[in-house]
Amino acid sequence: MTAVTTEAPTGARRALAGARRILTTNPSVLPTTAAVAIFVGMVIYGEVAYGRIVQFSTLSNLLINNAHLIVLAVAMTFVILTGGIDLSVGSIIALSSVAGVMLANAGWHPLLVIVTMVLIGTVFGVISGILVHYFNVQPFIATLAMMFLGRGLASLLSTQPERLADDSAIRWLGTQMKIVDGPKVNDLVITPGVILAVLVVLVALFVLHRTRTGRTVYALGGSETSTLLMGLPAARTKILVYVISGTLSGVAAIIYTSRLGIAQNITGVGWELDAIAATVIGGTLLLGGAGYVLGSVVGALVLGLMIVLITRDGGIRPEMTTIITGGILLIFVLLQRVVTRKRE
Amino acid sequence: MSRPAPVAVLAELIRKPWFWGLVAIAVLLALNMVKDPNYLAISVNPANGHLVGNLVDILRAAAPILMISIGMALVIATGGIDLSVGSLMAVSGAVAMEFLESAGDSSSLVVALGAIGLALLVSAVLGAVNGILVAYVGLQPFIATLVLMLAGRGLAKVITGGQNTAAASDPFKWVVNGFVVGLPVVFLFATLIVVIVALVVRRSALGLMIEAIGINPKASRMAGIRPPGLLLTVYILSGVLAGIAGIFAVGSVMTVDVSKTGYQLEMDAILAVVIGGTSLAGGKFSIGGAFVGGMLIATLDKTVLFLGVSSSATPAFKAIVIVVLCLLQSQRVRSWFSRRTAPPTRLATAVTDDARKEGALA
Repeated sequence: MTAVTTEAPTGARRALAGARRILTTNPSVLPTTAAVAIFVGMVIYGEVAYGRIVQFSTLSNLLINNAHLIVLAVAMTFVILTGGIDLSVGSIIALSSVAGVMLANAGWHPLLVIVTMVLIGTVFGVISGILVHYFNVQPFIATLAMMFLGRGLASLLSTQPERLADDSAIRWLGTQMKIVDGPKVNDLVITPGVILAVLVVLVALFVLHRTRTGRTVYALGGSETSTLLMGLPAARTKILVYVISGTLSGVAAIIYTSRLGIAQNITGVGWELDAIAATVIGGTLLLGGAGYVLGSVVGALVLGLMIVLITRDGGIRPEMTTIITGGILLIFVLLQRVVTRKRE
Repeated sequence: MSRPAPVAVLAELIRKPWFWGLVAIAVLLALNMVKDPNYLAISVNPANGHLVGNLVDILRAAAPILMISIGMALVIATGGIDLSVGSLMAVSGAVAMEFLESAGDSSSLVVALGAIGLALLVSAVLGAVNGILVAYVGLQPFIATLVLMLAGRGLAKVITGGQNTAAASDPFKWVVNGFVVGLPVVFLFATLIVVIVALVVRRSALGLMIEAIGINPKASRMAGIRPPGLLLTVYILSGVLAGIAGIFAVGSVMTVDVSKTGYQLEMDAILAVVIGGTSLAGGKFSIGGAFVGGMLIATLDKTVLFLGVSSSATPAFKAIVIVVLCLLQSQRVRSWFSRRTAPPTRLATAVTDDARKEGALA
């Protein structure tokens, strides 16, 4: 008994000391900590100002409505960690979901449709990766071209909203399942889409922090020259991050389409900004080399919560959201400049 | 070299970066001729003396593209990029239309000039925001301008309250739809602006300084150039040119469509510059090349429309063209065609990339 009681406080103290050590020795944690603080601050502010934020229904809706954004933020984190960027994620979602819904309505097997939707993203990622790596095209140019290609192909398929049949099996991914049945509508609800997003985050965490590939991703962002001199598989990894980003965009398309049941060629306009903003708010340096997947998840939730607060407030016009997101992104990029400059 | 003169002239011409752009325009026009032998016919409208014909339409459509193309050419020459031009067009158009609508005087020249002036002022301010972020804060150009590319459209929506504002103003409309000596005013304006910009940058040291920044910012600073001020000027110029393009774009229908005006036109501008032979790596620009590139894109747009291909397919097609052009510019592909130069090793390109990154930091 005595051993347990004495160990508990020392354990807590050790954890606290550990946290302090991480913060002081590893400044790259700082932005991520800031993101968590902002999220908590927004939750508290929302609860005080508007109420009904810290409750099952709001929080589960936050997750359900932003599951696709979380996946996109994870995808973007991989690319930005290497010092690159992927501007094509929004268009991939448009093409993938329009194609997916049309194929599903044409009578394809749902599983086949889902695989096709993911593969569309993968193909785009492969092309971007090859352009960036083998032909040394700047990442934003290569993915900008892919962005227009995706949007153009989606518009070619259809310019009308394509509706997924009500009895389509793909919709199952968007069905809401009650975990905790609270009073009235205050239930803890989850969708298979959210579970999928959580799985993506967990796999990404494992890959980035526990595998050689993950370390190479960070190394590429630090210095590509050093990565090559160290003999790390730079070529493979550089292409891989774009493939991951494209593939995850396909996954995000599935999550989004299954929830909404409608796909259109203008779906996902401006989501590049959201994904980049989520990643940057979460503490990933735009120059690459430092950042955390979990930070990006928090960043995505910050953006999602921002929308909730804007809707609750009612005084801010919806047109303002892109401006606010852009403004937040800008502030965080500027903060990064200050932090990195100090370190130099 | 004892070559006969005409061959030498031709060889010289082929080496010009914009030569293949001209060839492409000719091919597209020939393609249209196949479908309709009278495509190139230009007639004079007896009622008002205006020239009428497909070529005149192309000239008119080319005006906004030419504006953003030469702005983009200068920005790319500094080693940057301006992704916000399309959105700035929407903002400028929104400002002009809102001003005209609230003024309500459809015949006053002063009101029209005020609308144009205000729109250009707003575009200049937004261009300056880009410039400050790039030049003084040291952000990567594509991030700095990406924010405005995506937020700019929101800004246009806020200005018009989410509406597609329409307005009437005869002098404003004349700028875009009018004719002088049979030619569309808008094209004459565009050409005049291109010529002025070309003269200013090429008859002074400005062009050289801009290219010096693109080649090596550090070296240019040591050579006595002040990169921040020049960069700011270039981004402001790009913003103003985008503003002019916005006025040209909304003037033809006298309505601003906040989600469609200038949509995806940054791609057109980049494409025009690349077609004109300017490398995206920076350090070089050709106003003539950008001009030819802009004309080619306008011709391409009209051809696609004329041939009855869905116009929604054009961005996809343009994306493929830009990918091919980027490939042709890359060292790896070039080394496939010439035996003399060995492809750069991965390490060599990585070192230059890292050096550039450091340069961006400095």
